Formats: sequence, structure tokens, C-alpha cells
Amino acid sequence: MESAVKFGVVVFPGTWSDRDCGWVIDQVLGQELTYLWHKDADLKGCDCIILPGGFAYGDYLRTGAIARFAPVMEKVGEFADRGGLVWGICNGFQVLCEAGLLPGALIRNASLEFRCEWTNLAVERTDLAFTSQCEEREVLRVPIAHGEGSYFADPATLSHLEQRGQVVFRYCDANGRVVPNANPNGSLHNIAGIVNARGNVLGMMPHPERCSEAELGGTDGLKLFRSVAESAMKVLVS
Amino acid sequence: MIARVIVTPKPVVNDPQGLTVKQGLTSLGFREVSDVRIGKYIEVNLDTSSEHEARERVEAMCRQLLANHVIEDFRFDIEPEHKRR
Repeated sequence: MESAVKFGVVVFPGTWSDRDCGWVIDQVLGQELTYLWHKDADLKGCDCIILPGGFAYGDYLRTGAIARFAPVMEKVGEFADRGGLVWGICNGFQVLCEAGLLPGALIRNASLEFRCEWTNLAVERTDLAFTSQCEEREVLRVPIAHGEGSYFADPATLSHLEQRGQVVFRYCDANGRVVPNANPNGSLHNIAGIVNARGNVLGMMPHPERCSEAELGGTDGLKLFRSVAESAMKVLVS
Repeated sequence: MIARVIVTPKPVVNDPQGLTVKQGLTSLGFREVSDVRIGKYIEVNLDTSSEHEARERVEAMCRQLLANHVIEDFRFDIEPEHKRR
């Protein structure tokens, strides 16, 4: 496809969601897909870099702590600095926080359990490349699968994030109410996903790649992949 | 030199592991337990004979990798290796 957006999916040793993301990108959306090995020091001209879920480098020391030293991460950092789209999902969110590309940290779930279940997400930003196909205050149904997804930031950072509207997704009930019962992991302010100040680096714990086909129980995740494809295409033609 | 590094969750960070272990101790009858915090213990062997230099290097290691300043505090002791326990 001539106008296809080129997605780069980073694969670290221990990554497990790379093929799921890849399937959505090339089989469901028909966009161009490249896998980037952690030792690659070249992003191969990709328009959007995805850091997928898994346990990069075994999550040794802390989740995402070792992955940030991978050669590919230096390039991802430079790409983000230039305004390139970087999307961390689950373990990818943890890597982005450890790499300092997003503020805060993900800590052990308050329940101490690995939670693998459907959640509802209130979409708080629709002006981003990642969410442009979502409606204002839309509720997305997206599954989570993590043991360490409880978002933490110190009070000053947290209020900064809130004031600048950097919270993109919040765990909510089916009606969009952000209530404690809808919070699966103890995240502060029910935070499920945040974006950097510039709006080009998104981190989220839920897995949109696991709900992008009706056969999997939902297609809300596809809206995010579509958003990126549309917005990156706009950049390509402008 | 050997550095013994202890990394602990910051007091403001919720520590569900610590809370759960505290409940376990209480249910075993250790009712005097008022708080439990769970962290990490890391031993680092260094090829240097200078304690001062080792201290500076380990401090840098903690800041750059061994602890995440957002959620963790660290402290460490340094001893000549022959005193190793």
C-alpha cells in the first residue's frame, strides 16, 4: 500500500506482545510493519514506534530497568525528541518511565495479584495522534494483563500531569465514572495511560492489540491503531 | 571492596507486599509489629582499594540504575572484601 504508515515494533528478549501488535498492524489495518530488534541502532524509517508488552530482559531489577540500555532505546529517545510517535503498551509503558521519556513509575498492583481482565477506560484526550478517532469522553473496553501496573508519581508531578491534561486514559466503570471500584491495580487518580507534554509519547498499561478484532471480544483497541495510522498519514501527505 | 546496598520503597509509596507480610506476622501472634516494608538487598564487588572511590562509584550506580528515585530510597555500606560475611 503506497500511503501505508510504517509501524516499528520493538522486540526485546522477553517481549511477548510484539506479534499481537504486528498482526493488528499488517493483517487487520493493512499498514506497513517492521520488527526492530533491541540491538538495532536504526529505526528503519518508521513513523510510529511501539514498545509492546512482555517482560523485557526478564524485568530484572525492576520492570523496564534494563531495557532502557538497549541500543534501540537510544534511537527511540532521539526519535521522541524530534517529535516522533512513540507508544508504550504495558511493559512498554514501564520501559518509557524507566527511560525518563514519561514521568512516574509503575509499581506492584495493590492487590499483589497479576490481573488479567477487561477494564473500561475513560478517554480524556482526543486531540492526540493516538486517540483522534475516539469520541470526547468515550469509554473504551480494553483488557489488562499485568502484575506491576499501579501508576505512581510524587504529588508535584501528579498535579503537573493533571494541570497539563497529560492523563489520557483513566480506569472507569461502564458508564464512564472514574470510581475506586473500577481501579484494578491501585493506580493514583485511576491513571491507565499518560502522554508527555508534547503529546507524541504515550504510555498505557491496557492492551489495545488484544481487542482489535471482534473474534477477540472487542474492537475498541483498533480505534487507537487507526488513529495513529490516520494521523501519521496526514503527516506523510502534508 | 564490597558494597552492600539496600533499596527500600519510599515512605510515601504504597508497599502492598509489606502490608501483607505485616498481616501475616500479626496473625502469627506478633502483635507488636506496627509496620513492614520490603525492599531489595544487592551486593556489589568492586576492584578498587579506595573506600572513598568505591563510595562515590556505588552512589552513582544507585542513582543511575540500582534504585529508581521516583519510588525508592537507597543506602549502602562498604567494607574491604576480606571482612565478607
